[in-house]
Amino acid sequence: MPERTLMSPEDMQRALVRIAHEIVERNKGAKDIVLVGMQTRGVPLAKRLATTIQSLEEITIPVGSLDISLYRDDISSLHLKPVIHRTDIPTDVTNKQVVLIDDVFYTGRSIRAAMDALMDLGRPQSIQLAVLVDRGHRELPIRADYAGKNIPTSRNEEIKVYVKEVDGEDKVTILSPNKGATDEND
Amino acid sequence: MKTIEPSSSITTPETFPPPSIAVWQHSHVLDLDDFTQEEIELAFEIADAMAEVLTREVKRVPTLRGKTVITLFYEPSTRTRASFELAAKNLSADTVSLDASKSSIVKGESLIDSLRTIQALGADIIVMRHSQSGAPYLAIQYVNCSMINAGDGWHAHPSQALLDLYTIRRHLGKLHDLKVTIIGDITHSRVARSNIWGMTTMGAKVVLCAPPTLLPRGLDSFIANCQLPNVSVETEIEPALENADVVMPLRLQIERQQSGLLPSLREYIQLYQLTMERLSLAKPHVLVMHPGPINEGIEISPEVAHGTQSVIEEQVTNGVAIRMALLYLIAGGKNK
Amino acid sequence: MPPNLLISGGHILEPSQGIDRVADLLITKGKIAWLGDKGAAPSQSDLTTIDATGLVVCPGFVDLHCHLREPGFEDKETIATGTKAAAKGGFTTVCCMPNTNPPLDTQTSIDYVKKTAEIEGTVQVLPIGCITKGRQGKELTEMSELAKVGVIGFSDDGDTVVSSRIMSLAMDYSHALGLPIIDHCEDKELSDGGFMNDGWVSARLGLKGIPKAAEEIVVARDLALAQLTGVRLHVAHVSTEGSVELIRRAKEKGIAVTAEVTPHHLTLTEERIMGSQPKKLNQLAYDTNAKVNPPLRTKEDIAALIKGLKDGTIDAIATDHAPHTSVDKMCEFGLAAFGISGLETAFACLMSLVHSGQLDLKTLISKLTFEPARVISTRYGELGTLKPGCRADVTLFDPNKEWVVDSHDFASKGKNTPFDGCHFKGRVIVTLVAGKIVYRADS
Repeated sequence: MPERTLMSPEDMQRALVRIAHEIVERNKGAKDIVLVGMQTRGVPLAKRLATTIQSLEEITIPVGSLDISLYRDDISSLHLKPVIHRTDIPTDVTNKQVVLIDDVFYTGRSIRAAMDALMDLGRPQSIQLAVLVDRGHRELPIRADYAGKNIPTSRNEEIKVYVKEVDGEDKVTILSPNKGATDEND
Repeated sequence: MKTIEPSSSITTPETFPPPSIAVWQHSHVLDLDDFTQEEIELAFEIADAMAEVLTREVKRVPTLRGKTVITLFYEPSTRTRASFELAAKNLSADTVSLDASKSSIVKGESLIDSLRTIQALGADIIVMRHSQSGAPYLAIQYVNCSMINAGDGWHAHPSQALLDLYTIRRHLGKLHDLKVTIIGDITHSRVARSNIWGMTTMGAKVVLCAPPTLLPRGLDSFIANCQLPNVSVETEIEPALENADVVMPLRLQIERQQSGLLPSLREYIQLYQLTMERLSLAKPHVLVMHPGPINEGIEISPEVAHGTQSVIEEQVTNGVAIRMALLYLIAGGKNK
Repeated sequence: MPPNLLISGGHILEPSQGIDRVADLLITKGKIAWLGDKGAAPSQSDLTTIDATGLVVCPGFVDLHCHLREPGFEDKETIATGTKAAAKGGFTTVCCMPNTNPPLDTQTSIDYVKKTAEIEGTVQVLPIGCITKGRQGKELTEMSELAKVGVIGFSDDGDTVVSSRIMSLAMDYSHALGLPIIDHCEDKELSDGGFMNDGWVSARLGLKGIPKAAEEIVVARDLALAQLTGVRLHVAHVSTEGSVELIRRAKEKGIAVTAEVTPHHLTLTEERIMGSQPKKLNQLAYDTNAKVNPPLRTKEDIAALIKGLKDGTIDAIATDHAPHTSVDKMCEFGLAAFGISGLETAFACLMSLVHSGQLDLKTLISKLTFEPARVISTRYGELGTLKPGCRADVTLFDPNKEWVVDSHDFASKGKNTPFDGCHFKGRVIVTLVAGKIVYRADS
């Protein structure tokens, strides 16, 4: 199964910087923003965004991590899923603009679960979504407010995001099942 | 009362990979004798997450929505039953509690028939406490759903042992090489037995201390045959307590004296009660634990029970978190 | 009248006469007529031949101790089903214990058993009478009346006669009648509430144990009383090393004691109740099929029991066949009834000791045939032997036939066996009672 790189480390970095700018622009500053990274790789991405926003606005942004394992709708397939990671949001989310950050946006079910979790933790004034890669195939009416790159895929392909803090390197790759190179669907 | 705060160094850093869910091998939780160290660590990890849920204002997550947890208690119990029920409810499961003294079980229905009825009612998980050792091993032959043993006779009480281990870990940061002293009626104690398995798996040393009539005659042979070099036996309390990291007095049932196993409660209190003076033989950071309910003034003095070293109330809170973790692991685990 | 039968070409193993060779056996009019070289039998009209090539031919087994449950517990077993099970197991004579309901403590109840056995029984049933009325341990039964109707001995099996005074009186009486007292030795104060051997397994499983001393105390007491009264004492189901040693010393002192041991006490230990490795229990643990009284003990006890068989301390192997309904066994260990349904697995289970070299076949057959027969009074003739003129009770077995135990196939109503699913080597092929084939294994 050939693995092709779609985003290099520099591509990723530029995308994150752009998203940071967009967040600040859309929210007219960084006041009341809370960045919540989805476990696992959304967390370091959220931290990087916070650093960028802090350098733009000279304000410290709270960064939290959110594990949605307890909100999944598929408890019986637990053995296929990773174990629960930490949910740790250092501030009350009530009345804040929460920006959820995830690495890959696919069916939308993870984000739905994340919204349920956030609602159990408080009453945010708004929830926005930032993703590094949007690969399409939404099954729920949820959209990303900020996307690093749109990568149309077929269902049997797999997008892999490598993040330096977890995997030792930064890149985004696609895995296609067919032998030989696959034409990227357009 | 001053409470001891859990040390913050115990939270595992984010980059440390938590044990993979694949280590979980259980369809049922009947005893800790067949739990690996990884499985116990996994239960702790998940209990941590559950403990976080318990700090929220709305202590509820939808994880077990649509699942039915039925508790079947043949022995009276307030705290364990309430603990399991709350754990199930916190995970949004539907719960039904059956009290054997009030239901048709007393009218002569066999255990197997009762279990079949409960299964037909739609139980996904049965939590059972029974007065006969071994009842859960019979039960799992006749039901398809999962079972958690909430205590069977003198034999096992795995969720209690797990919450004991978890409580120690949260305070002392580790279990390996700790000296854990259990004082009391070992013969009749399912808490002691499950703790023996759990503690030794995690590398702790267990000292069992009791008057000779409350130690099983085959205990030394049991320790040898099951290859438990970290378990030792004392009939005197002072050497048992020396340098202990954890002390766990067990509830002494008054019936034991009545059935002739002890000459008098007075003598037991004189020789085995955990007092402040005796506690000073242990390490300064010693944790005082108790599975409850406490007989204040018998196995433990009120000063110790409510003293600075006591984590007895925290055990109860941790019990809910651990039981939530077990329900989570059982409901989604590799089985069937 | 049963037909004339020639059992031809089998290996005759007859410890009472010291015969151990290939030979032919002729049976006429239900009795042993002749035993000799192959082909040399005196000619007979109307002769049926059973080809016993490859099989061992021995006297029918004599079981000194079994529970047929009738009258009163017919849901567990009847004389009809129990004797069918005996025949399948190669037993041609069984002695039934009197803990029925009503207990066999009167002439009427003994007559009932004898009559029922005559009509419905497949093998010979010899009754044992109670020592005390109702097995209550307080008043002696009318022992001489019971002797008249044919009991082979007296026992309160299931219980011990607690009062040493009553026991010594019973022994005096029984001695005068020339009949043995068969005692179930258990100090109930020590054993009360216990479910298995008191040892490391009971400590691990959290079950109350029955200490070995509970048996040994009563064995010692009974031996002292036997020495006092001169009665023939027969110790039922010996299970401990200590008991074997007490009996050995008593025999050395000339006390008239005999002893029996069960197949399960010779082959299973208390560890069977754990079902799996000691550290990780699974659903095989707390198997009520291994709950028996006296309980399964340890490897050391098994070694002592086998030694006792070999050196003559233990005279007989008896099944203590104790059938129970599934309701009585399919429940929590503490609530389950004690007992193993053993008639149909006894022989094969014992053959495992022969195959592993712990016991030789001749000793085994001796302990199943003429040695138990010696405990029984001679009013029933010479049992456990193939001497000419004796009743033709014969068992043919294949010592190497492999088979798997399936309790569903049991003729006994009691399916409670710890050997279910076991692979055994050694099987009874034909059983004859008074010259009539009462059991034949298919194919």
